[in-house]
Amino acid sequence: MILLEFEEPIAKLQEQLDKAIEIAEQADVDMSATIEELEHRIREKRREIYANLTPWQRVQVSRHPERPYTLRYMQALTEGDFAELHGDRNVKDDKAMVGGFGTINGETFMLIGQQKGENTKMRTYRNFGMANPEGYRKALRLMKLAEKFNKPIVTLIDTPGAYPGMEAEERGQGEAIARNIYEMLNLKVPVIVVIIGEGASGGALGIGVGDRVLMMENTWYSVISPESCSSILWRSWDFKQQAATALKLTATDMLELKLIDEIIKEPLGGAHTNPREAYDAVKAAILKHHAELKALDPVKRMDIRMDKYIAMGVYNED
Amino acid sequence: MTPDKQGGWFSRTEKGIVTETKDKKEVKDGLWYKCPKCREIITTEDHEKNLNVCPICGHHERIATKKYFELMFDNNQFTELAANIYSADPLNFTDTQPYKERIVKTMKKTGLKDAMTVAVGEVNGYGLVVAAMNFEFIGGSMGAVVGEKIARAADYSLEHRIPLMIMSKSGGARMMEAAISLMQLAKTSAKLNRLSEAKIPYISFCLDPTTGGTTASYAMLGDVNLAEPGALIGFAGPRVIRDTVGHDLPEGFQRSEFVLEHGFLDMIIERKDIKEKLGQLLKMFAS
Repeated sequence: MILLEFEEPIAKLQEQLDKAIEIAEQADVDMSATIEELEHRIREKRREIYANLTPWQRVQVSRHPERPYTLRYMQALTEGDFAELHGDRNVKDDKAMVGGFGTINGETFMLIGQQKGENTKMRTYRNFGMANPEGYRKALRLMKLAEKFNKPIVTLIDTPGAYPGMEAEERGQGEAIARNIYEMLNLKVPVIVVIIGEGASGGALGIGVGDRVLMMENTWYSVISPESCSSILWRSWDFKQQAATALKLTATDMLELKLIDEIIKEPLGGAHTNPREAYDAVKAAILKHHAELKALDPVKRMDIRMDKYIAMGVYNED
Repeated sequence: MTPDKQGGWFSRTEKGIVTETKDKKEVKDGLWYKCPKCREIITTEDHEKNLNVCPICGHHERIATKKYFELMFDNNQFTELAANIYSADPLNFTDTQPYKERIVKTMKKTGLKDAMTVAVGEVNGYGLVVAAMNFEFIGGSMGAVVGEKIARAADYSLEHRIPLMIMSKSGGARMMEAAISLMQLAKTSAKLNRLSEAKIPYISFCLDPTTGGTTASYAMLGDVNLAEPGALIGFAGPRVIRDTVGHDLPEGFQRSEFVLEHGFLDMIIERKDIKEKLGQLLKMFAS
């Protein structure tokens, strides 16, 4: 497992543990007490570190290269009963945006999300999880398909942003995101949004308007990345830690600001340390919220959704 | 006496250029106006008479909301709506200076409460609610105040069944309100949904510049999308795109004419024709 810089104390213990296991195997000595002790200390150290993560450290966990990405969730949530669908029916199939039908607990859902690549080659293929306009239009097409056949929608968000390229502008990146936000507000089926990694700005919100918005514990959601915020407001790349704190971008901040509905707990040390546990937690949350949403009248549900967003915003008035 | 002690018109007390880049373009206090596009020099008076449009090349200089109201509303008669809303600093945000201070300073400097002014009046006899953005207020950035003012404008439109027009002039969402400003994209879109249900026309008018969160929400959602000539309209800013693609961008990229060619605008309207064209559209919707 790749350890992040702030996990350095764990790395040292891990090294000792590896050595102990090696000795136990090679010398045929009983090291079980030592191994157990070291495992315990790693757990305790991890607990200690993760109890006090700074916002910037959370951002780093959300970007951990071994963190499970969207398609892994789709496969796990549906136990493999997932049919991926492709294309926006206009320009192309955007590999940074994936989606399709899948069954969760015997019920069909439409699952949609940004996809990052798991290795160097795939990262390029997936455009680092940065969708072009056709990605957003593909997502909308799938949402409309779900609505037509009365299937609930789950979106999984993990993007460093919508792609800022020339062709993206030519094909109306702004319009594509705007249209999605607008249309997602009046979908007649339940929409559950889960932020599983990075929730960067309009690129995230472009599939992020829903009846319920849930954030996993080690994710971030804001109007800009801490790095870009630092470069614009501080005119330097060196203030990303301060920017991460100032932006109030963690799940806890977002819940306090009443901009999201729930935090999904991750396994100790982040989703990548025990993906199965992360998938199960997400699945349980989806099922719980879906049960509540399903019980509502579609028009009423839409009204509640719109009113929820209309109420967002803090201002003064004389 | 040496020449520079004579107090001649060319003498300067400080060496080098001291004007900050951001202040440079807006300065129009002098007697002469130099067009940034064709470099033609005309008197400020003539430039203003021509609605701050260069008579040689047609370059539309950025103008304040007040001036749009003047050239649009019949007899310059209008009523401002939701005038007393201002920012609350919900995140207690501080970058190089506290957001609270930035707001107070900007209010003082601009005489505005935030980046949006809403008014209702008549254009060629047709009622119109106009929500116009103020670029001079923190780059026309959209935070909770802008979102709420659009919401109030839409409510007024709904209640009185009067079309709504939003004039965008914005660098995007306001960073100092972080996710709250991001959610204004959804908030304003929800209100536009309500207008649409009620079949009340919504016109989006894109001015220079219309970028970021503004483009990714109401600016691109008009029943008709209009723009002034040469306005920068896009999602990502040109600098970000240039850094991504690694080369300079072609002339005219992301300008109104380019955006219309790619199918995202209905019309480009010169400033002098705004009132007439709007009047025509409002008539079409009404009759």
